[in-house]
Amino acid sequence: MTGIYLAGAFGISGFLFFNRSRVINYLLVSAFLVLQLGFTIYEYLHINKPELTYFTPDALGILLLVTLTIISIPAMYHSYMYLGSKQDNPGHTAIYFAAMVALLTSVSAAYLSNHIAVTWIFVELTTLSASALIYHRRNNRSLEGTWKYVFVCAISITLVFIGILFLSFSLSQAGADDLSFSNLLRKAPELNQFWLRLAFIFIFTGFTAKLGLVPMYTAGIDAKDKAPSPAGALMSSVLMNVGFVGIFRFYTVVSHTTVHSWANHIILIAALLSIFVATVYMTKVKNIKRMFAYSSIEHAGLVMLGLVAGGVGYFAAVLHIILHAFIKASLFFQQGQIYRVYQSKSMYDVGNYFKYNLTGSMVMLLGFFFATAMPPSGLFITEFMMFRSLFEAGYLWVLVVVMLLLTVIIWAFGKNIFKLLFSAPVAFKEEGVEKIKPVESLSQFILLGLVVYLGLNPPQEFLHLIREAIKNLPQ
Amino acid sequence: MTNVLLIIFTISLLYLGIAHRLLTYIKILTIQGVLLFGIAFIELIEINAVNLTFVLLETIVIKAIAIPLFLNYVMKRNRITRDAEPFLPNFVSLILITLIVITTFILSNAINDARISKIYFVVAISTLFTGLYIIVTRHKLITHVMGYLVIENGVFILSLAVGNEMPVLVNLGILLDIFASVFLLGIFVNRIGDVLKDADVDQLKSLKD
Repeated sequence: MTGIYLAGAFGISGFLFFNRSRVINYLLVSAFLVLQLGFTIYEYLHINKPELTYFTPDALGILLLVTLTIISIPAMYHSYMYLGSKQDNPGHTAIYFAAMVALLTSVSAAYLSNHIAVTWIFVELTTLSASALIYHRRNNRSLEGTWKYVFVCAISITLVFIGILFLSFSLSQAGADDLSFSNLLRKAPELNQFWLRLAFIFIFTGFTAKLGLVPMYTAGIDAKDKAPSPAGALMSSVLMNVGFVGIFRFYTVVSHTTVHSWANHIILIAALLSIFVATVYMTKVKNIKRMFAYSSIEHAGLVMLGLVAGGVGYFAAVLHIILHAFIKASLFFQQGQIYRVYQSKSMYDVGNYFKYNLTGSMVMLLGFFFATAMPPSGLFITEFMMFRSLFEAGYLWVLVVVMLLLTVIIWAFGKNIFKLLFSAPVAFKEEGVEKIKPVESLSQFILLGLVVYLGLNPPQEFLHLIREAIKNLPQ
Repeated sequence: MTNVLLIIFTISLLYLGIAHRLLTYIKILTIQGVLLFGIAFIELIEINAVNLTFVLLETIVIKAIAIPLFLNYVMKRNRITRDAEPFLPNFVSLILITLIVITTFILSNAINDARISKIYFVVAISTLFTGLYIIVTRHKLITHVMGYLVIENGVFILSLAVGNEMPVLVNLGILLDIFASVFLLGIFVNRIGDVLKDADVDQLKSLKD
C-alpha cells in the first residue's frame, strides 16, 4: 500500500503540475484526499507491519499521519479560498497544488519511514516542495523568504547527513540496513560514545530547522510569513512534526546509551533558548503571521522540555505536538481571512475585527486561549503534565524560568490579539470590505473542538497509541 | 597517496581564505573536484563497478566540470563583479582557517577507533567549518553558494571514510550534492539575478522583526 500511495500521490502531483483546467484540478485534488484518507485507514489497520522494508507504521507514525490527514482536508479547502480571492494565473495555481500534494506526501512518508536515511531523503523532499509554496506570490519579499529557507534547510539537511555518517561510524560493524531505527535501538548499548555524541549534535541541529528550535529556527519564521496562509498552516503544523519525528526517534535510540543525560542537557539548552527567543520576539513582533510562527517556536521548546523531563513528560510531549498542530493550523487558516478583510498583516492596520467578521473573531479569540494553554484547551493538560514532570525530575529552576517566560508570552500574545479584536483600526476604509462567509470558519472550529476533546476526554485507543509510541523510552 | 591528496585538499582551503576574486573560488572548486575524484578512485576501488563508475562520474562531471561552468555562467549572466568582498581582511581569514584546521586536528586525538582513519575526519571537519566560515564572512549570495559547495565537498570526504562498508551512504551524499547545488544554483540563475542586480546579502534584509 505504501508503494501504491507514493506512486499515486506523486503521480497526482505530476498531473497537477501540467494540468491547467479547473475541473480536472478539483478532481485530482479530491482524488489525492481520498487516497490520503484510504492510506491512513489502511496503515492504521496494519499497524507495525513493515512495507517496502523501509516503512513501518508504528504508533507515533500513525498518530501524526492521522493528524496530517485531518489537517490536509481544510488545507485544500482554504487553498481554494485563498486562490479564488486572488485571481492567480493557472500556471501558478498548478505549481501551488502540485507542491502541496508533494509536501503532504513526503511528510507522510517521512513519518512512516523506519530508517534514518530514508527519513532524511523525504525531509529533503519537503524542503523542495515547501520552497515552491513559499515562492507562490513571486515578489521580492517572497523570493527573499524562499532563498533563506532553501539555504538554511540545505545546510541543516547537510548537517543531518553528517550526523548520519557519524552514526554509521559509531556502529561497531557496518552492514547494509544497519541504520534502521529498530536495529539502532537493539545495538544502542554498543554504540561508540564519541561518534554518537557527534552524531547527536549534528542530527539534532539539522532537524531543528524543521521543528523550529534554536539554532536553525530563523528560516522557518520568514517562510511561514511569506507562504500563503494555508501553506503556512501546514508548515507550522505537519512540517514541524517531521522535525519532531526525526529528533524523537533518534532520541529514543540515544536514551538507551550512556550519552542520555548529556543529550538531555543539549536539548534542555536548545529548548530554553527557544522559549526565550520566542518570548523576546513575541513582545516585539508586529506581524500577525510572524507572531504565530514565534508561538510555534515556544511550543516546540516546551515539547523538548517534556522529553528532557521524562516520566509523564514523554506522554505530554507527544500529545502536545499533536494538539499544537491542530491549534496552529486553525490560527493560520483564520489569518487568511484577516488578510482578506484588512489587506495587511501588520498589527498597525488591523482592529475591530468583531465588527467585520464575527465567526472569524470567535476563532481568533478561542485560538488565542487555546494556544496560550488556558482551559479548556488540551494544551493546558499537557503543559500541566510537563511542569509536573519537570518538578519531579528536579529541574526546579528551569520550571521557574519557563513559567516566567510563558507569562510574558501570554501577555504579548494577548496584547496583539485584543488589539486586533477590539481596538479601532487607524485609517481603515470600511467600504468595500469583503464579507467572509461564516462557513469558512467551520473547519477551524472543528480543529479547535478536537483539541478540547483529545485533551479533556481522550478516547482509549488514542491514549493507547501514545503509550505505544513512548514505550521504548526509559520509564 | 590518499593522504597526499587529502593534504593538498586542506591546502586548497587555506587558499580559499586568501582568494579575493570569484574566478579564483571557481578554480579552487574545480581543483577540489579533481582531488575528490582521485581520492574516491583510490579509496573505493573495491566496491562494485557500476557504483564506482557512478561515484567517479559524479565527482568529475558534476563537481569538476558542470558546477564550475554553471557558476561561471551565473556570474556572466548576472554581471556579478569579480570581487569576493569579505567582511574581514584576508590575513585574518587565513589565520582563522588555520585555527580551524588545528582545532580539528587536536579534537581528532580523542578518537580511538581503528576503523576510521583520522585524516578523513580532520580534513572533512575542517572543510565543513571553512565552508561555514566563508558563508558567514562574505557579502555576496553567490559566494554563499560556493561556501555551501565547499561544505558538500567536506561531506563527500567524510562519506568516503565509510565508503567501502556502506557505499549507499556515498550515493546518498551524491544525491544531496546534486539536489542542493542544482536547486540553489537554479533559483539563483532564474530568479535572484533577475530581481536583485548584483545580488548581495544587504538586499535580503526586508524580512525581520
